[in-house]
Amino acid sequence: MNNIIVFIETDGGKLCDVSLELLTKARSLAECLNVDVEALLIGSNISGLVPELYRYGAKVVHVADDPRLEFFRTLPYAAITIELFKEQKPQIALFGASSIGRDLAPRVSSALKSGLTADCTSLDIGDHEDARSGKKYKNLLYQIRPAFGGNIIATIVNPEHRPQMATVREGVMKKEPLEKPADGKIHQIDTAKILIDSDFAVEIIKRDIEEKKINIKGAQIIIDGGYGVGSRENFKLVFDLAKTLGAEVGASRAAVDAGFADNARQVGQTGVTVRPKLIICLGVSGAIQHTAGMDQSKIIIAVNSDPEAPIHKIADYSIIGDLNEVVPRMIASYKKHSK
Amino acid sequence: MSKEFKIVVLAKQVPDTRNVGKDAMTPEGTVNRAALPAIFNPEDMNALEQALRIKDKFPGSKVLILTMGPFRAAEIIREGYFRGADGGVLLTDRRFAGADTLATSFAISQAVKKMNPDIIVSGRQAIDGDTAQVGPQVAEKMNIPQITYAEEITGLSDNRITVRRRLERGVEVVSSTLPCLITVHATAAPCRPRNAKCVLKYKYSRTIHEEQDAANAGKYLLSADEKPYLKIQEWTVDDVGGDENCYGFAGSPTKVKKIENIVFKAKEAKKLTGSDADVDSLISELMANHEIG
Repeated sequence: MNNIIVFIETDGGKLCDVSLELLTKARSLAECLNVDVEALLIGSNISGLVPELYRYGAKVVHVADDPRLEFFRTLPYAAITIELFKEQKPQIALFGASSIGRDLAPRVSSALKSGLTADCTSLDIGDHEDARSGKKYKNLLYQIRPAFGGNIIATIVNPEHRPQMATVREGVMKKEPLEKPADGKIHQIDTAKILIDSDFAVEIIKRDIEEKKINIKGAQIIIDGGYGVGSRENFKLVFDLAKTLGAEVGASRAAVDAGFADNARQVGQTGVTVRPKLIICLGVSGAIQHTAGMDQSKIIIAVNSDPEAPIHKIADYSIIGDLNEVVPRMIASYKKHSK
Repeated sequence: MSKEFKIVVLAKQVPDTRNVGKDAMTPEGTVNRAALPAIFNPEDMNALEQALRIKDKFPGSKVLILTMGPFRAAEIIREGYFRGADGGVLLTDRRFAGADTLATSFAISQAVKKMNPDIIVSGRQAIDGDTAQVGPQVAEKMNIPQITYAEEITGLSDNRITVRRRLERGVEVVSSTLPCLITVHATAAPCRPRNAKCVLKYKYSRTIHEEQDAANAGKYLLSADEKPYLKIQEWTVDDVGGDENCYGFAGSPTKVKKIENIVFKAKEAKKLTGSDADVDSLISELMANHEIG
């Protein structure tokens, strides 16, 4: 009771990174609160995934294993989650801010009339005093997120309602297994008791999901192309530099919207958050919604011919110059020195 | 005769946070909100197009815009009229103020229940909050299925709707019973432009408050009695009913503890030119520090 429950997402029979990242974060929150971390795993034929959840710190894994639950559908997944939360009364519930988590969590929060904060970039435990009533609260979940197009950062709390719910995007939290893992317990959920016919009002007719190929999140070095690269053809320069340096290619929303690069490469608030050890931004203007997704990178190099571009303000190295000249020079220089 | 559907489009007027230009930033590096124009939330526009396409296919169907906001949010309903909507309701009341997504969804669900549609469509999320929560929460409060991330409504019959969804790495086609709530993704078809006939017809459509403002300013107005379709309805808490404690600040479980404006801090940056020598010394430095290697 009053523990932290993490909703576990699976994809093609594997655990999603975002869920393991949330378990890792939940461990540190649980330590502050002196409670346990638990996991909710829903799917079909999924018991093989349970030991991995123990490795990431789940003391109890609630398992709803049912052939009808092979693929995510809002209503049956919500029914199980709502029922479990009513029974277990977690004080905190965390979901990935994926297409699944962002579909499921609001439905659950509405049914439980509990607060939900989307796309948190940071979670913490702290006290709160209500400005109107003067009432004091101990150990609330601080849900910290950008708002207003990333121009403000808000700290949200849910003083009176439980569970305190939040979603977090993939790649925002770090993923770390326990140093000394210990086995936990399985709690089997009786799905037949919970699910009713109307939970299956939505039918999946066809699924056409590609294998995950591009993974800019895990990259140590990212070459980040912006709208200033100019065209899809010219994006070859970005890929050339990436290939030379053993890097991945990222892109701003403007570049993705213009069709220069694939969606999966988008860095920023509506894309992936990255923190590589080195990021080289080519023709990126530095809009906040983009920089919010990369400004934690260890070293930022900006190449932009506009000296006023905001990207120069967050860069460690600012090159005011034409990327069409600078990139070939970088490649040549690297090749010269690496011999 | 084919079936006629009643479709409610949930739309929101939002500050245009996508175009935070130089003049929208104060010298302190914070946002000057007043400099941001108020627009029809982009994905709600995609949703409106999906609704209008149903009307194209099933003549006699009605598209109604529902929005919640201050008096000036009536602009959203007029914009809907200009593109082919048949009606609209502005939910406006001080008692709605301070609502988080849960209290907002309660107010909207109360209004939608009163409108009693077959299909509800909205954008996936609004650009001022990016939460994507209100759609699913309205569906839950109405106890109807939800289909999020819709890219296209591909089929519709008397009692079932088929939708293609855009997910992170592909697409999924699902079908649902009606009524149902659909949230539409930005990759869906853009909304058709304004229609000149509709603009002419609805240019002077007004809410009661807009009519009073115009009268106070001494402007001549066609009275709504002459042309009743020009009257945009305003609903308050009293019109939609329900437990007052579920509205506004009181009905919001989440509270904002703190707001920080993002301020650009200039780091100690090394300024370089794009010359051979500068680029070469940078690359050498990175290699020496094992940043690349």
